[in-house]
Amino acid sequence: MNLEFTEEEKAFRAEVREFIENNYPQDIGTRGVDDEMGREDLLAWHKILGKKGWSVPAWPKEYGGTDWTPTQRYIWGEENARKNTVMPLPFGVSMVGPVIYTFGNEEQKAQHLPGIRSGDVWWCQGYSEPGAGSDLASLKTTAVRDGDDYILNGQKTWTTLAQHADWGFFLCRTDPDAPKPQMGISFILVDMKTPGIEVRPIKLIDGGHEVNEVWLTDVRVPATNLIGEENKGWTYAKFLLAHERSGIAGVARSKRGVEQLKEIAAAEMLDGKPLLEDMGFAQKISQLEIDLSALEITELRTLAGEQAGKGPGPESSLLKVKGTEIQQRLTELTLEAVGYYGAPDFRSFPDDGSNDFPIGPDYAHHAAPTYFNMRKTSIYGGSNEIQRNIITKMILGL
Amino acid sequence: MDFDFTDEQNMVRDGISRLIREQYDFDTRRGVIASEAGWRPELWAQLAELGMLAAPFSEEDGGFGGATEAMIIMEEFGKGLAVEPFIPSVVCAGGVLKHGGNSAQREEYIGGIISGEMVFAFAYAEPRGRYDLANLETTAKADGGDYVLNGHKAVVIGAPWATHFVVTARTSGGQTDKDGVSIFIVDKAAQGVSTRDYATVDGRRASEVYFENVAVGPEAVIGEVDNGLPLIELVSDEAIAALCAEACGAMKVAHEMTVEYSRQRKQFGTPIGKFQVLQHRMVDMFMEYEQSVSMTYMATLKLGDDEVTRKKAASAAKVRIGQGGRFVGQQSIQIHGGMGMTDELAVGHYFKRLTMIDSEFGNVDHHLKRYTDLSAADVPVAAE
Repeated sequence: MNLEFTEEEKAFRAEVREFIENNYPQDIGTRGVDDEMGREDLLAWHKILGKKGWSVPAWPKEYGGTDWTPTQRYIWGEENARKNTVMPLPFGVSMVGPVIYTFGNEEQKAQHLPGIRSGDVWWCQGYSEPGAGSDLASLKTTAVRDGDDYILNGQKTWTTLAQHADWGFFLCRTDPDAPKPQMGISFILVDMKTPGIEVRPIKLIDGGHEVNEVWLTDVRVPATNLIGEENKGWTYAKFLLAHERSGIAGVARSKRGVEQLKEIAAAEMLDGKPLLEDMGFAQKISQLEIDLSALEITELRTLAGEQAGKGPGPESSLLKVKGTEIQQRLTELTLEAVGYYGAPDFRSFPDDGSNDFPIGPDYAHHAAPTYFNMRKTSIYGGSNEIQRNIITKMILGL
Repeated sequence: MDFDFTDEQNMVRDGISRLIREQYDFDTRRGVIASEAGWRPELWAQLAELGMLAAPFSEEDGGFGGATEAMIIMEEFGKGLAVEPFIPSVVCAGGVLKHGGNSAQREEYIGGIISGEMVFAFAYAEPRGRYDLANLETTAKADGGDYVLNGHKAVVIGAPWATHFVVTARTSGGQTDKDGVSIFIVDKAAQGVSTRDYATVDGRRASEVYFENVAVGPEAVIGEVDNGLPLIELVSDEAIAALCAEACGAMKVAHEMTVEYSRQRKQFGTPIGKFQVLQHRMVDMFMEYEQSVSMTYMATLKLGDDEVTRKKAASAAKVRIGQGGRFVGQQSIQIHGGMGMTDELAVGHYFKRLTMIDSEFGNVDHHLKRYTDLSAADVPVAAE
């Protein structure tokens, strides 16, 4: 037993740190409130990594992966968190990509994998529907076979950043009479420029436009866009959910967040002293750090298991629950730390080009929106209640 | 990075786990804690024979391992709620000796600990010192080359079974000064040592230990005179890691018992384990347990790091385990319902042990504050 990284791993860390240092574009912002960043900013780092061959580290080598060990991938995540980089979005890299190389045919692989690797093609996920959230299998969007095509009708929702998407992967009902709802679902790739698709923005409580409704009206999609077999889509969807959970806990990002919180608490004053020196507030930070240490070691234990050939199991549900609780607590404390200046809405600041009278400290501008936004984390990706159901079934055996 | 145990460590676990499974079932334990002795000296001898009491010592001292071995043993102790004084005698006294003893002391006393012939208790706590290891009213006055001890040590776990004490006492300075603390070995049979023995609520035995003009020679001092605190802190962090491991073992069993009970117990015509509110509670218990295991590993593996890293890891672990142990213990009782309140069921005894572990070597509040104070040394740059 030891917690040390090996010499090779340390050398690897130095290599990727140097690469990030030398290649991360300085002119793109940091990702806080999503819709403030344009498509090109969100893709900039992805494209650089694509050229380097590092955009899809977890993929098998033959499809462009790096052959890094789980520990190396963890280090890669840590080093990116240190610099607060805007990482490739998961929809192509971590979600549809692995489904395509695992269940797709050769044409589909050749057509789609290069664009995912390079960052040239933006993917979105058509899963949730107004009536199908946690109970995803009750989805109603239909795909009806018509000659060489499927005709899609229905409504998807919570589709993240679909406003930028070139392609989407959709779960659709192909057999409404299947004995179980899970058995009549298919996994279909859809070109988002196809006629009949309408993307409507949903404004969230943080004021941003991160997610959308996607309306599908007689959308004609070639049947060759079906992944695997018809009515087996649920299997592929479940595979996707279980795939590549390393990093799901967001430990490295939260560590960076704790540093930022401390910097803010060092700047804010209470009774003539930095807030950070107030025992009450300092202990809240300590508790957060302690919980984060526990999560980090739990993640490393999971990683070590993965390295030894154990696939990611239901432990990833634990990582998701604890990781998101910590992310939320972090944004909660950050908002507490900024005090009054949590209130001004940065979107309404006068655009008069004057920096002479700034409205509060810069670090306060995103505190409230980020706190509001992060409430999503315990809801998305299988709500934390669903994760507890999974642990109940898979680990407790109840 | 590696969370695997060596073959030798796995053998230690197998050995100790078999011994506790076969010879320390709940009814046996019930008999032991009600007996006059309150522990099983014959089991202690057996542990010595199996080499278990040598596990945390280096080869040089007659052992074969270190902190990881102590962690493994205490985790198994926790599963069986074994009351024998592994932490006081082997981890604490053994720790003081292995880090601070001279070669004669190590040979005599570590040899005695390993063979089981000597049993130590760690007399560090005082009635008014709370968790501050330096807050000592017990004094040791130099008298020629000798020392004369006077004072009262509180809730000395395992003292009724002990042949010797490791005693912390003030040799100079004010009552709470960091300097001026020294460590002594005192034979329990020495003139002027008296004890008032009692049982603890979690099935162990302890004593109030009184020293009245107890004279010891210079060979009784372990480590440097007046500079004993760093060694006491180190050993107390080692004890914390071992206690955390014990708590993990107890949490694991309490959780498993609770899940099993929820399968059997029916209300409203259905096993209560089918109720989602209880399922999620038991998932939360499971997560607390897993996080506690992680923290125990961290505290154990960082014992050899620099002082601040070691102390922060130990305090972080003790906070997490205190909170996790409380949650798992309380919810185990709650889900067992009225049956959880009965002395007859084992689960209540796990709850009681988990409860008491929190206050040993400092509770959640104490360690949260210690962690925070240690963090204050790293001052971040204020944001703009």
